[in-house]
Amino acid sequence: MADKILKKLKIKVWRQKNAKSKGKFETYTIENISTGSSFLEMMDILNFQLIEAGIDPIAFDHDCREGICGTCSLYINGRPHGPDTEVTTCQLHMRKFKDGETIVIEPWRARAFPVIKDLVVDRTAFEKILQAGGFVSVNTGGVPDANTIPIPKEDAEESMDAAACIGCGACVAACKNASAMLFVSAKVSHLAKLPQGKVEAASRAKNMVAKMDELGFGGCTNTQACEAECPKSISITNIARLNREYLCAKVSE
Amino acid sequence: MSILDNKIPEGPLAEKWNKHKAAIKVVSPANKRKLEIIVVGTGLGGASAAASLAELGYKVKAFCYQDSPRRAHSIAAQGGINAAKNYQNDNDSVYRLFYDTIKGGDYRAREANVYRLAEVSPNIIDQCVAQGVPFGREYGGLLDNRSFGGVLVSRTFYARGQTGQQLLIGAYQALNRQISKGAVEMYNRHEMLDLVKIDGKARGIIARDLVSGEIKRFGAHAVVVATGGYGNVFFLSTNAMGSNGSVAWQCYKRGAFMSNPCFVQIHPTCIPVHGDQQSKLTLMSESLRNDGRVWVPKKKEDAVKLQKGELHPNDIADEDRDFYLERRYPSYGNLVPRDVASRAAKERCDAGFGVNSEGKAVFLDFKYAIDRLGKSVIEARYGNLFQMYEKITDVDPYKAPMMIYPAIHYSMGGTWVDYNLMTSVPGLYSIGEANFSDHGANRLGASALMQGLADGYFVLPYTIGDYLADEIMTPMADTNAPEFAAVEKEVTDRIEKLYNIKGSKPVDYFHKKLGQVMWDYVGMARNAEGLKKAIEMIKEIRAEFWKDVRIPGELDNLNPELEKAGRVADFFDIGELMARDALDRNESCGGHFREESATEEGEAKRNDEEFTYVSCWEYKGEGAEPDMHKEDLVFENVKLTQRSYK
Ligand SMILES: Cc1cc2nc3c(=O)[nH]c(=O)nc-3n(C[C@H](O)[C@H](O)[C@H](O)COP(=O)(O)OP(=O)(O)OC[C@H]3O[C@@H](n4cnc5c(N)ncnc54)[C@H](O)[C@@H]3O)c2cc1C
Ligand code: SF4
Ligand code: FES
Repeated sequence: MADKILKKLKIKVWRQKNAKSKGKFETYTIENISTGSSFLEMMDILNFQLIEAGIDPIAFDHDCREGICGTCSLYINGRPHGPDTEVTTCQLHMRKFKDGETIVIEPWRARAFPVIKDLVVDRTAFEKILQAGGFVSVNTGGVPDANTIPIPKEDAEESMDAAACIGCGACVAACKNASAMLFVSAKVSHLAKLPQGKVEAASRAKNMVAKMDELGFGGCTNTQACEAECPKSISITNIARLNREYLCAKVSE
Repeated sequence: MSILDNKIPEGPLAEKWNKHKAAIKVVSPANKRKLEIIVVGTGLGGASAAASLAELGYKVKAFCYQDSPRRAHSIAAQGGINAAKNYQNDNDSVYRLFYDTIKGGDYRAREANVYRLAEVSPNIIDQCVAQGVPFGREYGGLLDNRSFGGVLVSRTFYARGQTGQQLLIGAYQALNRQISKGAVEMYNRHEMLDLVKIDGKARGIIARDLVSGEIKRFGAHAVVVATGGYGNVFFLSTNAMGSNGSVAWQCYKRGAFMSNPCFVQIHPTCIPVHGDQQSKLTLMSESLRNDGRVWVPKKKEDAVKLQKGELHPNDIADEDRDFYLERRYPSYGNLVPRDVASRAAKERCDAGFGVNSEGKAVFLDFKYAIDRLGKSVIEARYGNLFQMYEKITDVDPYKAPMMIYPAIHYSMGGTWVDYNLMTSVPGLYSIGEANFSDHGANRLGASALMQGLADGYFVLPYTIGDYLADEIMTPMADTNAPEFAAVEKEVTDRIEKLYNIKGSKPVDYFHKKLGQVMWDYVGMARNAEGLKKAIEMIKEIRAEFWKDVRIPGELDNLNPELEKAGRVADFFDIGELMARDALDRNESCGGHFREESATEEGEAKRNDEEFTYVSCWEYKGEGAEPDMHKEDLVFENVKLTQRSYK
């Protein structure tokens, strides 16, 4: 309920000047953080202090700060998005931490997500996967009235469950193989569950998987770490659907 | 006034758009391939425009500051999108949507633009469904609708509480398809820093690659700005951290007029500020007011105890609760429009009845709805919002009332555009929240998404042809031209100037100070004295900023503090112009409340005799007072009445 003050915290954080340089951990101390503050507000305060002290502030990605844009991406105390469930880093609050604790912060670690600076990584690989087929091939205009094709409510809901993916990359960061299967399967399911997306379902699965492999993501060995850490509870049943669509495409080759 | 030709077509309202489309020029497919268009911003407005223009055959370059178009602030929209489909058979129509929007905007928007918006709205839903947007459906498989504030029909389409996300993903998918075809060149993590004009026409931009720090030149035959709103001038708002007004301001300095900058929307149901560590405010959907009752204690001593944490709200008896919205507005009650609800909350808190430790919150209580309908019904309706509230505040809203307070949410004002969405700079267009065009002095819920997609899918792709048809003989812009070099030099000079201040305080220090002045004097209630004071205070903070800001890091590397500094530098100027505009408009309308223009009961009083115009501010140079032109608003189809929700 009422906010308390965390008198002192140690922040052990990954510092890396740019993609080419080697990184290392640095530890900073921060005082008087309200348990009602968000994790990123704590980072803001730390950065404010660093700037005043003449130290380069810690770069991290963020934008909406309400768990929907998928920009924030911190690996906190060994978990993507930190020690809470069904939240992104920006929704994590300081009441999840104890006074005096050392908090360890790292960037997403995956071959396909190289570090740009400190905690900021390059997720262009996700863009490329989606560009390989994550769409329905329709142009603007000339489409039928929205109610011409009824869609069973359960299908629309299932599609929406998958479409809720925010493209954050936590699934890749959580996976020991750095596989992007959960992310890819979410897009494939979102579209395959709807008649509009069904038409290209098989080729979409094939093209996106091929792109994923090409970009250096690992294979899926079904450890389910991705599902456990996904802030949007994307289910691994989507991976089964992806495998089915993929098989269809391969069989018809 | 010849300087402002709004190009509104002649003829009856319902025929204007069709007639206009028939009359404007069209570019042949062969020529489209020779024409380049820059689209800055890839939210709903920009992504839909970039994809549609590329499909038509134009060569498109698109820009956003995030690492992906999917992260634009549009993603955060929760509630829904309006469209005049009349699927519910409740007598909705294009005219009714048009009328509601004009009235909701308190009669400060153009009839012709708003009518067109309503007219193309059904096409948006068709388009989105074809793209695979998973809208909410009925058991029969057809699309479902919800109701939203200020209207009598059910016309809002939604995808759970994530409508903006799903619409943006739809537009992003269309954009990705064009990127994969090579028809759109996408520049992520690039920030536009200035506009380049050649012979008076918009011919390109200067942008900074945010990763390498490189300053780059990009040329085109036309530039489309879709960079969203400037609500972050208040520091705390529901906007994303990076949302900014800088591109609108750059365009203003290059000759594009700014219209109605003082019109900003304050949303009544946001999670209150919790002390001084806060970085942004979170919206709780407007839909909550359907079942929640808003109240504060009747007795001041109860309020004081609540503020000190000595009393639990559930221990205050019903007869000691002041349901002030129901008391003041018996016919609309808790469902009065956003501006009215926001002002009423502020009034109670200013009078000392606020309920959190800072005295700046009111209760939104679901106890009555839970008693009446059962917890499971409430859970089905608002479960995800309740979860979000609990994660942030650590209070379970099933057991204790929510605390809410108004927050800055949307900017109705923006770059002036004509009926073709072209600014006062030839070849420069502005779409989405960045322009001023459709919402007057107050935007209705679920209408921003509609406007962004209407502009990008169905208006701009037509109207831009009218301008480009005359440009087919113009060669590609030469980025080695002296005009590019000159603007680039201005950009690098400014960056170096900022960087070399090497003062003592971080950017946020100044941004917070500015935000406080804006909130206190250019916020929910404004008066002449306060506005004049604000202008002076902003000048002082700006001067301090340019003397004492400290930007760490390097110029040739990712440098978030440098990015922020540039945006905040522009916010000072935008804030000052907002105060000037608010000072000029000595009437209360929509979200703009001038204390001098109120009824005896303290309600807003519009002044149609003197203020039925759009203010159009023209830049006159650094430090010089801007000029104001007026575009008179002509109402041929609706009768102006005072809004009443009593
Ligand atoms: C919490 C919240 C909930 C909302 N809910 C609803 C709702 O339910 N219904 C509704 O209709 N409206 C809603 N709105 C309003 C609506 O979401 C926005 O008005 C709308 O999405 C704006 O879209 P846009 O395309 O104009 O701009 P944005 O989505 O803000 O996109 C701006 C784009 O410009 C880019 N950009 C900005 N500056 C630069 C630069 N210098 N260089 C390069 N690129 C730049 C950004 O990268 C981004 O791509 C809500 C708003 C908020 C804050
Ligand atoms: S599947 Fe989950 S963890 Fe992976 S990108 Fe999507 S939202 Fe993030
Ligand atoms: S900042 Fe948008 S999801 Fe965290």
